Formats: sequence, C-alpha cells, structure tokens
Amino acid sequence: MMLDHMLLLAIGVPLAVAALIFSGMPKRHSVKLAYLGFGLPALIALYAWVSFPGNLGDRYAFLASYDTGLSALGIKLTLGLNGISLPMFVLAGVVGLAAGLYAIQSGAERLKIYLALLLVMHSGLMGMFASVDVFFLYFFHELALIPTFIMVGIWGGRDRNYAAMKMTIYLTLGAMLSLIGLIAVYVQSDAGGFSLIELRQTIQTAPFSATVQKYGFGLLMFGFGILVSLWPFHTWAPLGYGAAPSSAAMLHAGVLKKFGLYGLIQVALPLLPLGAMHWSGWLTVLALGNILVVGFVTMAQRDLKQVISYGSVMHMGYAFLGVACVSTIGAGGAILMMLAHGLSVALSFLLATSIHHRTQTFDLNEMGGLAQKAPVLAAYFVAATMATIGLPGMANFWGELTIFVAVWKFSPWAAVGAVSGVLITAIFALRATAKVFFGPQSDALAKSSTFVPIVDLRWSERVPALILLAMLLLVGFWPKSLSTHLNGTLEAIYPAVESQLAAVAQK
Amino acid sequence: MNLDLLQAAAAKNAWGAILPELLLGLLALFLLILEILLPKKRHGAIPAIAILGQIAILVGTLVNLRSGYLGTETFGGLLQHDMHGQFMRVFFLLTSILVSILGVPSLAKQQVPRVEFFHIVIVVTGAMMLLVQSHHFVMLFVALETVTIGFYILVSYFRSNPLSLEAGLKYLVMGALSSSLLLFGIVFLYGVVGNPELSLPGAASTAMDFTSIRQFLEAHPDNFLAKVGIVLVLAGIAFKIGAVPFQIWIPDVYQGAPTPVTALLAVGSKAAGFAVLLALTGVFAPYRTLVVPVLSVMAGATILFGNLAALTQYNVKRLIGLSGVSHAGYLLVGVVAAYHDPMAVGAVYFYLLVYLIASFAVFGVMTYVCGENDADQELEHYADLAKANPFLAVVLAIGLGSLAGIPPLAGFIGKLLVFVAAFHAGLYVLLGIAIVGVVISIYYYFGWIKAAVFPFWSGRRTAEGVSQACPRLQVGLLFKLVLGGLTIATVILGVYQGGLIPWLAAR
Repeated sequence: MMLDHMLLLAIGVPLAVAALIFSGMPKRHSVKLAYLGFGLPALIALYAWVSFPGNLGDRYAFLASYDTGLSALGIKLTLGLNGISLPMFVLAGVVGLAAGLYAIQSGAERLKIYLALLLVMHSGLMGMFASVDVFFLYFFHELALIPTFIMVGIWGGRDRNYAAMKMTIYLTLGAMLSLIGLIAVYVQSDAGGFSLIELRQTIQTAPFSATVQKYGFGLLMFGFGILVSLWPFHTWAPLGYGAAPSSAAMLHAGVLKKFGLYGLIQVALPLLPLGAMHWSGWLTVLALGNILVVGFVTMAQRDLKQVISYGSVMHMGYAFLGVACVSTIGAGGAILMMLAHGLSVALSFLLATSIHHRTQTFDLNEMGGLAQKAPVLAAYFVAATMATIGLPGMANFWGELTIFVAVWKFSPWAAVGAVSGVLITAIFALRATAKVFFGPQSDALAKSSTFVPIVDLRWSERVPALILLAMLLLVGFWPKSLSTHLNGTLEAIYPAVESQLAAVAQK
Repeated sequence: MNLDLLQAAAAKNAWGAILPELLLGLLALFLLILEILLPKKRHGAIPAIAILGQIAILVGTLVNLRSGYLGTETFGGLLQHDMHGQFMRVFFLLTSILVSILGVPSLAKQQVPRVEFFHIVIVVTGAMMLLVQSHHFVMLFVALETVTIGFYILVSYFRSNPLSLEAGLKYLVMGALSSSLLLFGIVFLYGVVGNPELSLPGAASTAMDFTSIRQFLEAHPDNFLAKVGIVLVLAGIAFKIGAVPFQIWIPDVYQGAPTPVTALLAVGSKAAGFAVLLALTGVFAPYRTLVVPVLSVMAGATILFGNLAALTQYNVKRLIGLSGVSHAGYLLVGVVAAYHDPMAVGAVYFYLLVYLIASFAVFGVMTYVCGENDADQELEHYADLAKANPFLAVVLAIGLGSLAGIPPLAGFIGKLLVFVAAFHAGLYVLLGIAIVGVVISIYYYFGWIKAAVFPFWSGRRTAEGVSQACPRLQVGLLFKLVLGGLTIATVILGVYQGGLIPWLAAR
C-alpha cells in the first residue's frame, strides 16, 4: 500500500525530483517536477494531520521501518509521527511548499540548481520530523543543513562568503556536540538501538545514572542550543539570514532551526529528566538572554531583514523557556510556539524580499509610504506583524500564552522577563511596519519609483504568502486540532519524567 | 646443511594462497617486456594493459573471496590469511587501479618515462598486499621495505621538478630512519622472545612469529626490553601512517610527489600502516597498559596537529596531506578503541574504505586542475571551477564533503562508527579532541569548496592571478565514469551500507 509508506514518499519524492533535476533535466520540466516535489510532502502532511488517530499514548502513527545496513548498530530508518512530531511535520510541509512556490517565481539565477537544493533541504526537513530513530533524526537534519550553506554561498546577498563560512562552522560545532550527546545516550542506554521507542522502553526499567544525565543533557543543550541560536551562540543567525536567499531563509529560520528545540523536547527531556532539572536554571538565564538582550538588539536594528532575523532569534527564547520548565505544559507550549513562529517568520522573510524587490533596499530609514502603492502587500505585512507580536487569533498567541502559564508556575520572575518580551516585540515590529508602509514617501523611494513603477503584490507571491497566513489563522482559531494530539503524547511520555524527578526528590 | 629442514619448509609453501600477488608480479614484469618488444608508437597501449590486468586480478580476487586458505597459515607461518586480509587485498587493488588511472593524464603532462611508473605501482601494491597478511616480523619487514623502496623512486618520479627530487630525498632520509626504528624494535622483541632463559620451551626457532611473540608477552607481562621493542615498532609504523611525531615529512613529500603518487601515499601507504596496526592489536594486547596510552597520545596530537596545520595551507597538495594526518588521527582513535572493543576493527576498515573513495575523487579532480608544474597547485587555481567544469566541481565538493564527514556522505558513517566505538571504549577525552578537530576541518575543507564553487570568492585574485590559472583539460569519458562512480559510491555508502558493516566487523 502506498499509504503505508507515505512518510517515506514525503522524504523520497523531493529527493528523487532533486536527483532528476541535477542529472540534467530541461528547465521547463524541472519546474513542473519541482511543483510535485514541493506539493506532495505538503499533501502528505495535511493527510497525516487529518487522519491522525486519537488516543495514541506514547505510540507512533504511520510507523514503518526500513533496514539501510546499520542494523548491526541497532540503527534502522524508522519513520512515524506522534503528537509532538505531527505539528512540526505539518509545519515542514506547509513552509516547504510556500518556500518552494516563492522560489519558483523568484526567477533566481541558475533556477534549476536552486530548486534542486531547496528540494534536498525540504526532503531533509520532512525526514527530520518523521524519524523515530535518533540517528536518522540527526542525519536528516544535516541533509537539510548542507544545501543551506551552498545556497547562502551562491545566491546569497551581502557578505555571503563570510556568512556562509560562519554559519557552517557554528552549525557544525552545534551538530557535532549534539551528535556526541546522542551517541552518549545510545551507548549508555544499552538499549542496543537508536530508536526512540526502544530508548523509552529501556529507561522505564533502567533510567540513566545522574552523572550520565547531567553530561548528556549538557552536551545536547549546548549542541542543540547553538543550532537554535541560543544566546550567546546566536551571532551566526542574523548574519546568515541577512545573506541567505529568501526561500532558504524561510526554510531555515522557519523549520530547520526548530530541530534543536524539537530534539530537546522529543529526545533529551523524556530521556534525561534529571539532567534537564540540573541545567534548567542555566537554560532559563540563557533563554532570558535571548528574549531581553537580543530583544534590545533587535530594537536597535535599522535594516528590515535584520529586524526579522534578530526577532526570530529573540523568539526562540520563549521556546527555550518552555523547555526549561521541564513540564508537560511548557514543552507543549514550546511546540505550539515553534509551529506558529515557523509560519510567521517564513511569512516575514517572504514579504521582506517582496518589499526589497519594490524598494531595492532593506534600510528602514530609506523606506516609507509603501502602503499607498502596494496596499495588499501592506495588509499581508501587517498580518505578519500581528502574528509576530502574538495577537489572539494568530497561532503565536496560543504558543506564547501556554509558555507564559508554564513559566509562571516554574518561576514568576522569569515570567516577568518573558512577558516584557512581548512589549519589546511590539515596539520593533510595529515600528518596522510603520517605517516601511506608512508616513511620507521617502525621497529615495520616490526617485526609484520613477524609474520602475511599484506594483502591488503579484499573485505568484500572494499564493505562498496566503498559504502561510491561512495556516497561522487556522491554528490560531482552532488550536485544538493539533494540541489534542500534542497533549496526548506529552501526557503519555512526560509522567515518566515527573515520576523520575519525584523519586529523586524523595531520596 | 640439512636438506630435510628445507624440504619440510617447502612443503608448507602454498603458492596458490598468494596467487593475486604472484599475478601482480608477473604483470609488472610483463609490462617491462612489452616495453622492449612493442614498437615505440604502440607504447600508448601499455597503461591500458596495466590497468586491465589489474582489473582482471581484482575480479579474480573478488570471485575467490572465500578462498580455501582462509584461517590458515602458509609458508611456515610467514603469512596468515583471513577475511580482513582479503578485504585489504581488494582495497589495495582498487587503490592501484585508481592510481594507474590517475597516472595516465598526470604523466601525459610530463616528459618522463611512462612504463616504469605502472611497473613500480604494481610491485608496491603486491608488497602491500603481502604486508597486511604477514604473520611474522621478517615477512612484515621485507614487505614493508619493498613498499618503501618503491616509494623512494615514485616520489621523485618527476625528476625534472626540483620539488619532486627534494621530496624524494626527504622521503629517503625519513624512510630510512623509520625503517631502522622498526627494525630496532623487531630486534628487541626477537631478542627477548628468543632468549632461551626467558622464552617458552621450543619457541626459539620462531621468535619472530606473531603467535609466539604474543604467547611470550602474555607470559611476561612486564618485560622492559619488550616494552622498548613495542614502542619502537609502533614508531616505525607511525611514520607510515603519518602520525605525530612522525608526520614532519608529510607536507613536503606530498607536495613534491607526483599527484598519483601522493594519492598512493595518502591512501595505500596509510591503509597498509593501519592494517598492520590492527593485526598487531592481537599481538600487543597483553601490553595494553603501555600501548593504549602511547597510541592515545599519538591520536590526540595527530588530530590536533593535522587540522591546525592544514588551516594555514594554500597549496592543495599540502592541505590534503595535512588533512590526511588528521584522518590518521581519527583512525588511530579507532585502533585504540580496538584494544577495548573488537567491533572497532570493522569501523577502522569501513573508514579506510570511504577514505579511499573520497580521496580518489579529490585526487582525480586535482590531476585535472593542475598544470604542468605538478607541485604548484594552489587554492586560487580552483577559482570558478564550477563555471569552467561543473562536473569536476560537484565531484570535488562531494569528495571533500565526505572527507569532512558531512552527512549524508559516506565519510560521516565512517566517523560515526569510529565515534561509537570510541564511546564503547570510554575514550571521552579523545572524542572531545576529535570533535574539535572535525569542527576545525570544516574551515579548510569548506574553504576549498568555496574556492571552487562559490562565485567571485577570491579576494586576492588580481589580473596576474588569473593569468596563473591553469589551463583546464577536457575530461575524458572514461575518467568521467570513474570519477562519477566514486562520487555516487560516496553518496550511496552514506545512505545505504547493506551488509558491509557486519561483514567488515566479522573476523
């Protein structure tokens, strides 16, 4: 049955399309095939969402396993979705489709190769969230990461060489640290396998020793943290996104960067709860660093793309805070937050590039009054701003709200810091919107618009933006469609966490 | 003279057991005869005959992989045949075929005799095959010297190039030093094992046999002279693999040697060293407390030195040489792990295999990009290779990516296996060093890829720099197939290993 292997198809089809394009397919067919490569995973993700079975507990839906030759090490390509990975899988599908559509219309140089690399990245993203096996979780993450470097290096903007190099080194460091952490978990567990199912079963009877948990979680926290731009290891992110071509930035900031947090919630917290408790104070401080320090830095930015980039780094602080709570509600909030943030930041990057096409600049001081010329673009951007700030009705609201509730229970003073982040966000997001779209038209813009008349958002740009916006609103108004599954899985997995913590507290 | 003794010894000669090596020797002689017999204008056929002959021997070896001699000792205990020996035979045959293929375009650029090159490569290959199957220090030393003497000639083969001559002299001096160290160590071991007062009854006649040395070491776990001997033997082998502190010859010799010879040194000579080290793990196991610290320090220093020294290189031959030093370090980690966990042996062999494949992809590109001055291959010459020849750029990028250990390429699986083995063995410090090394290595591997793939990267490229750029040859179809095959193998082995890993780990 095709449906039994649908997760494999969601990974394999983009990869196969990329391989076909690389092997010298003519451009016309390449683009047609690219539609298939970007569209099919999104369809599969939506199907998985709609048909996701309830009451799964800690089990996985759509489970399928394939032997790739590493079974001697207990590694098998095991694909499946649980309540934690489902929202991320849907996110990957939707943002991948939007980024793909936006790339197809972008008319980039050497479009074929660009699309092929995006497809490889897309395939990695789908695989990352569908993997039950920790090894393949890491493997697919790297598969998605490599094309990013190449895309920044070839199609990037200002400082692309420096940015590509810095990103590569930072992210390799993060990836290596997390790889060692994951190997440590695998070796110490004696489960004889990398599969999360086996690992969870093993720790139910034989949890890791406190020392292993402490070092293991530390490795994973800093390794994953670097990948998610945890303060103060975030400096690669604004630079990289500033230089990255728009679709690559959408996929990286929107989806790929979430890998680290996802790894913490899906792998590290349930397996190493004592380690998480040990580090949670540190993580809280660093996460507040993301929210407050990077928040102030964001406010000082005068470049639209930098505002969005720094803003995305800042918002990761909320998700880290959710993780630092080491609780069901905190982890759930972090997942919802990641889903919402992925959609909204992808939308922001998309619109920022569209703005750049019209104004030829990212400098906020040289813009103004664009709303008169491009009202639809303005409307979309205002909607994206609302989502970024986390107004009710947008998906971001639920994520942030849940996290604030969890953080309040965990540490009220941290909650105060977190909530003040909303204010910071409102300031920089609204100010950017105002500077770009409202007020008098800047001289520079007036001059350039005499050469090239400014047109409103074209349909080819609108469709991907609409997809993202619709998803934001859908989750914003109907969060239950995902949160029920999320809750089900978390409540099945995290009690083990809490019981282990309680056992230690008794001693 | 007791003829019976000789006859008894001759009865143990099983010539069939070394058929591949015998055939290689015949092939080498046949090439010399052909040079005399064939008219000058037909000499072009000799390389083809050399390559086809080696392919035929490779096929024969593969067909006869499970030969009847497996698990037996032949030639009175000089040789021992097992599956790992068979694997290394295939490995060296692959190496020499690829070196011969690289030799064709490389020799074409030089005014040097063609036939002797293939002759010596084949002889060296046969000697390496015997070396890894040797079970006796006399056999080991004779085979090793045959290899080394062959290399003395090959390294200075481009005799009109002063750098090649200098490299040859350096290799000669350093090689003689290392041979004498090794010989000195062997003599020490022979001295104590053959000592009638110390040795086991009746063992004196085979005091250089691996089995009797092991028995002796087990019986006398704290013999000072044996310790000196072991350290000296390890030092002699460390020269072959280029481990710190015996790595100083590497950059100069790698730069001066003709590119195909550099490849043979980097892959063949290094692999031979490691196969011997692995064979000796069994012999030296009783002195684990001595050997493990020595090798561990060597491994850590080698990783750090190789990577740090490679950072500052602009000549790609020096760069690949020093990066090869770091690979020797990773492999040494695997060897150290093999003293704790036999699974590590498979990891080292797998690493060697993927190192072979990736290295030859890179060396293949180097042979084409370089000009008439074989020693002058700078990173600048790779500027805009992607535009001039996209095929070579892709091969280079994938080869370097695999060497850097980036998933989904085969090099990553090699590193993963070594790391897992190191974890099982509890080598946490070495793992930490290895991670630092991998992150550093990203800088120079990525710099090379950047030079070749990213547009307008070289800031130093002046008008004069462009004129230095080497003329680029058209890549022949056959060569394209070989390079393409290596590239595809790198990708496939990264994703699907089939039964290879269990097979390599099995004794």
